[in-house]
Amino acid sequence: MSVKIGEAPYKERITKGIENDFMREAVSSAQGRFRAGRLTRAEELGNWEDWRQLGEEIRTHTLENIDFYLQQLSDAVSEKGGNVYFAETAEDANHYIQNVVKKKNAKKVVKAKSMVTEEIGLNDAIKDLGVEVVESDLGEWILQLDEEAPSHIVTPALHKNKKQIRETFTKKRGYDQSDDPEELAAFARKELRKDFLAADVGITGCNFAIAESGAITLVTNEGNAEMVTTLPDTVVTVMGMERIVPTWEEMEVLVSLLTRSAVGQKLTSYITAYGGARLEDEIDGPDDYHLVIVDNGRSKILGTEFQAALHCIRCASCINVCPVYRHVGGHAYNSIYPGPIGAVITPLLDGYDDHQELPYASTLCGACTEACPVKIPLHEMLIRHRQILVERENKAPMSEKILMNGFAKWSSSPAAYKISTKLARPALTPWIKDKDRIENGPGPLKGWTDVRDFPAPSKKSFRAWFKERESDSHEHSK
Amino acid sequence: MSIQNRESFLNNLAGRLHRPRRTQGVSRPDWSVYPQYDVLKGITQDELVEVLEKQCEAIHTDFIHTDRKGLPKLLEETIRNYNGKSMIVSNDSRNEEYGLSGLYKDLDRDLNVHIWDPRLGKGNQVIAEQADVGITFSDITLAESATVTLFNNKNNGRSISLLPKTYIAIIPKSTLVPRMTQAANQIHEATMKGEEVASYVSFISGPSNSADIEMNLIVGVHGPIKATYILVD
Ligand code: SF4
Repeated sequence: MSVKIGEAPYKERITKGIENDFMREAVSSAQGRFRAGRLTRAEELGNWEDWRQLGEEIRTHTLENIDFYLQQLSDAVSEKGGNVYFAETAEDANHYIQNVVKKKNAKKVVKAKSMVTEEIGLNDAIKDLGVEVVESDLGEWILQLDEEAPSHIVTPALHKNKKQIRETFTKKRGYDQSDDPEELAAFARKELRKDFLAADVGITGCNFAIAESGAITLVTNEGNAEMVTTLPDTVVTVMGMERIVPTWEEMEVLVSLLTRSAVGQKLTSYITAYGGARLEDEIDGPDDYHLVIVDNGRSKILGTEFQAALHCIRCASCINVCPVYRHVGGHAYNSIYPGPIGAVITPLLDGYDDHQELPYASTLCGACTEACPVKIPLHEMLIRHRQILVERENKAPMSEKILMNGFAKWSSSPAAYKISTKLARPALTPWIKDKDRIENGPGPLKGWTDVRDFPAPSKKSFRAWFKERESDSHEHSK
Repeated sequence: MSIQNRESFLNNLAGRLHRPRRTQGVSRPDWSVYPQYDVLKGITQDELVEVLEKQCEAIHTDFIHTDRKGLPKLLEETIRNYNGKSMIVSNDSRNEEYGLSGLYKDLDRDLNVHIWDPRLGKGNQVIAEQADVGITFSDITLAESATVTLFNNKNNGRSISLLPKTYIAIIPKSTLVPRMTQAANQIHEATMKGEEVASYVSFISGPSNSADIEMNLIVGVHGPIKATYILVD
């Protein structure tokens, strides 16, 4: 399992994140831009809440019937001349794909960005065979040249500036032009073309698999996923088992939600539906096609109170609005899934042991839940994680236990944090430097506050706060 | 083709959901809302053209509006503007219908025009990769997002719209619909009737782009660097 990225302790990771000024600025301006984009696109649609409602209904129905839809999907893919492999674990999936690569005597594999292949550690599995793996998204390619894990779901190289990118190109590929982004991109285009043309096997992830027709939908801007599925004779799609929709019509709705939420675009430049082997006399596309459907811990979430976490369409909206992410950046989460959704699903996929701090990497402000296009109650799930950690697993230090008793009572609404922090205030008092900053909080706050002052919980009384909230919601309803 | 490990995998899922396995009888419920049908509802074909034209600006795509008579001349101009010395074109019956077969023959005198030919096999890809311009018709055109939909098949390889440096889409006005909803609906209906839907459907909105370097929009990454839509009445 490689949901986890490294062994550096949490505190070290966030310190590193906070000290990296460029990173923080980049993250924060990216957040602003993504967010503004999302808001305009949402406004244009007018009835955004209806869209979210529909998104939630579709995801709920699909996950409730996931066994049926996966069966339908696999039948359809097989009818179109594709092979389908159901992989319970990361090892199963890697092993199957290794065999495909071996059988083809492949020398070179090209990939299009995919979190699930990152999750199962596919690149290493292929490299173990002595086969070259090329990541073809611009951002991922840059990271690959630099051997780093991605820091953001949508634009993975967010924490690198163009000078650093130019340096990487020069060092690794003998690049000798300027750090103008267009020139950098043109160079990458030229380099990667050779790889697309020479590759024996193409591997992509999957945004949405359409059960009724066995088509895999990919949502991209650069056109590399199209190269990867068009040029090599062997193509493998790796999909997390939950990335499925009943028909073309639901695909369309979720794609609309995804592109608006993820990048503020009406549609990305390429929405591609492919799958199965090419037909007779067709030249583009593979003659050997494989779909690998991955569980890798997901089924443990089914049938639990966290089931809705599987509704995620990986738009990164929750990340873009998260004040904690803004400060610490993606790597601090030590998971390939950062931000609020990462804090929710990483402990579910990989267990609490290595990720105890993640449920605390949130101010419970509820912005994530509000931003989520399929209405996953993210911050409520984080509260549940905390309760579970405190009450059942007994893994959290004493100071949190006191806090958590407060949270537990109020765990069902966004109000929880502010109300509970009122209870927490006396416990924090000794560490409060001036009236609004905590210098050294106990427990999880300490990790933050050693490197940067963390805003103290608001001192307002519950009544004052409630009154304000009331009038706020009046404003909204006007 | 083969399906492996399905039974144990799906049985496990059913078990996790605390119910017996569902192998049939599941259908989509009526959703409580259908906001997708409200977008650009009830507007005329001419208004859709306006929406399309406006959105083209947002996606860095040149937009030209003409009629059948004007098409060959404007197409040639666009090709020459792109400095196109070589081009690859889909083998589409509409080439004849729209009077383009003649144009391509003429152009072939001083430029290289290749019409997609299944007999050439992978040779088509090699030509596409080196071509300056790729030209196809749009099968369904989405006004809201300025998207051309291509049903790729043996006469219309997807390489044409993907590998050349620039891309020109010819859009018959009759293919205009409000948004992706209508396209998805058409494909869904066809699938239900058991009609063969293309093995590869591309929804293309303008040239390829990326924001991976410092969040600056870079137009032209792996796919075409420039794109023009020619709408034909
Ligand atoms: S949890 Fe919601 S907002 Fe976050 S990435 Fe997933 S779908 Fe997007």
